[in-house]
Amino acid sequence: MRHLLSTRDLSRDDAVRILDIAEDMADVATREVKKLPTLRGRTVVNLFFEDSTRTRISFEAAAKRLSADVINFSAKGSSVSKGESLKDTAQTLEAMGADGVVVRHPSSGAPQTLAQSGWIDAGIVNAGDGTHEHPTQALLDAFTIRRRLHGTAARGRDLDGVSVVIVGDILHSRVARSNVWLLTTLGASVTLVAPPTLFPVGMGTWPADVRYDLDAAIDEGRPDVVMMLRIQAERMRAAFFPNSREYARVWGLDDARTARLAPGSIVMHPGPMNRGLEISAAAADSSRSTVREQVANGVSVRMAVLYLLLAGGGEV
Amino acid sequence: MSAHEYLIRGARLADDRTVDLRLSGGRITEVGSGVDASGATVIDADGLLALPGLVDLHTHLREPGFEQSETVLTGTRAAAKGGYTAVFAMANTSPVADTAGVVEQVEALGRAAGYATVRPIGAVSVGLAGEQLAELSAMASSRAAVRVFSDDGHCVSDPLLMRRALEYVKAFDGVIAQHAQEPRLTEGASMNEGALSGQLGITGWPAVAEESIIARDVLLAEHVGSRLHVCHVSTAGSVEVLRWAKARGIDVTAEVTPHHLLLTEDLIAGYDARYKVNPPLRAQEDVLALRAGLADGTIDIVATDHAPHPVEAKDCEWDAAAFGMVGLESALSVVQAAVVDTGMLTWADVVRVMSTTPARIGRLSSHGQELAAGANANLVLVDPSASREFGLGDLAGKGVNSPYLSRTLPGRVHATFHLGRPTVLDGAVLPTDAVSAGPAPAAG
Repeated sequence: MRHLLSTRDLSRDDAVRILDIAEDMADVATREVKKLPTLRGRTVVNLFFEDSTRTRISFEAAAKRLSADVINFSAKGSSVSKGESLKDTAQTLEAMGADGVVVRHPSSGAPQTLAQSGWIDAGIVNAGDGTHEHPTQALLDAFTIRRRLHGTAARGRDLDGVSVVIVGDILHSRVARSNVWLLTTLGASVTLVAPPTLFPVGMGTWPADVRYDLDAAIDEGRPDVVMMLRIQAERMRAAFFPNSREYARVWGLDDARTARLAPGSIVMHPGPMNRGLEISAAAADSSRSTVREQVANGVSVRMAVLYLLLAGGGEV
Repeated sequence: MSAHEYLIRGARLADDRTVDLRLSGGRITEVGSGVDASGATVIDADGLLALPGLVDLHTHLREPGFEQSETVLTGTRAAAKGGYTAVFAMANTSPVADTAGVVEQVEALGRAAGYATVRPIGAVSVGLAGEQLAELSAMASSRAAVRVFSDDGHCVSDPLLMRRALEYVKAFDGVIAQHAQEPRLTEGASMNEGALSGQLGITGWPAVAEESIIARDVLLAEHVGSRLHVCHVSTAGSVEVLRWAKARGIDVTAEVTPHHLLLTEDLIAGYDARYKVNPPLRAQEDVLALRAGLADGTIDIVATDHAPHPVEAKDCEWDAAAFGMVGLESALSVVQAAVVDTGMLTWADVVRVMSTTPARIGRLSSHGQELAAGANANLVLVDPSASREFGLGDLAGKGVNSPYLSRTLPGRVHATFHLGRPTVLDGAVLPTDAVSAGPAPAAG
């Protein structure tokens, strides 16, 4: 694997392989010494043009557990905020000998531009680009679902027959996009639920069902997984929905809806959560919730990705 | 060289006649067979088409203010390379072309360069701000004799300002060229809104943002009895609205760019900023509707929207990139590929949509004339049988932001004559000192 830019171009075999390697990486975390020498002497740069403490430290932990040298490059307070172009930044990192660049950028497609530009030789991992994709989030979500459903027998399995409902701001969500492609590639069926204003036009080409009614999606669909997306307050001001009270009432996972979920079904959230808005405190803290597992699994999945990109892990 | 006479031997005209043309004193003096060549430089035009010099109603020359992108000199060199003998220069310069002083300066720069006739377009509103009418009458009565007014790059979105502008320019037979883009519906938008924009996570520019403004403006033009021109029509729905307006007798004309006749939004899938343009590339059904609209006369002309940018404005991530493509050098080839080689337009139609009608809309009577004795010697010789991989060598302006680089295009401009003087010979743009209308060259 040369780069990880999106989940859309991953095959089922690729995806299962990444998840299986992530299982191996998760085993490392249970050892007394939580560290592998695999990437010793390699340099991973976390190039973050947007604030994101969670994703950045997750990648940092992953790289360090593989013994890579990690450089954190935050656009704020750097030459980037003084007008340096992506090209010059990339060439600077190239000159410093970066082997892998984990990039988060507010512009959709920026990681792909970086990968195709010839400005830099390093392997590129998309850590979230604009409203396009966030592939490692989808991989850790798939990993989390697979572990919850199959436990220790998860290796080698896909998500055939699993039904997933994703609720929230689909229009602006890179997490939703990456999950739609990856989960369906793995065999899951995906239903998207949102107010009509928060769907992109032309959804007919997506391999997912579209619903506006969360209650019906829960009661009729009997989903195995309900994934709630963070809703951003500024969407209200752009007239996507009237106010947070109405949003929470119609599209929030409140206590009543949580109580009606099928036994054994799980509740996911990529974080950070708006408790009381898209998800109730009880839902977030219940035994169904995988929020903390998602964080832990994120490190394992990112270790797997960095390993495949940088350790000459062969073709995926 | 300027004192030379030229005899173009054996050129095919758009009506398929094969003739000789003699050029002298800035005019075509003879058209026929076996025309006397004595004293003239003979150009063998066997296999070449002779067309009236092309006229572009929508060019960004960038001067004054953005000379790192293009100047009047370099932009008109690009025009000559593409077979153009006249260009209308858009007003979004710095300072904006919203006063007589600026338009006279641009006109004078064009005259000095000599590669093409430059007709400035005046801004509709002061500073393109869409609030207060610019001094339209002063620009109209200036030496630049402005007849086309546009806030291009910005839509005149205020319906009252648009109505007043349409009415006001009737005093001097002007026309408002509208950049039809409802601003609220296109905030942050940079590609066609559809399935692909949703997948790529790029804010969509919906067709309705163009169509709703065109619908409003044709109704306004009808109400006040004014002439309206619609810039760079890009959607199938816009073609339908225009067809309705024309059937109703509304005095509206419309243009389509070469790129909207050939390219589709699919090219954006790799986030290549060369394909970032406003209005955006649309879907294949839009391209087909635009071709059909051009063929049936719903769309009157092809205009390039030549929009040069420095390299760094495209060598970056999608969001940071500038909108626009250069188009003067490639326009005729792209039109040939899109609508001539597909059998939708004849070469006579090409003359109509790329020379005669744009000159008429812009009230530029010295251009777009039929190639006949007595006409101004503005003409282009084209080899329609040529085919080449379009490359940097085909560009003659400062901008290299062409979406056609490495693409194979038909046809090639062999020579261009502007007011009887060659600006391009054997496919090469002549040096500035050979073309400049400055002091006459020494010793004949």
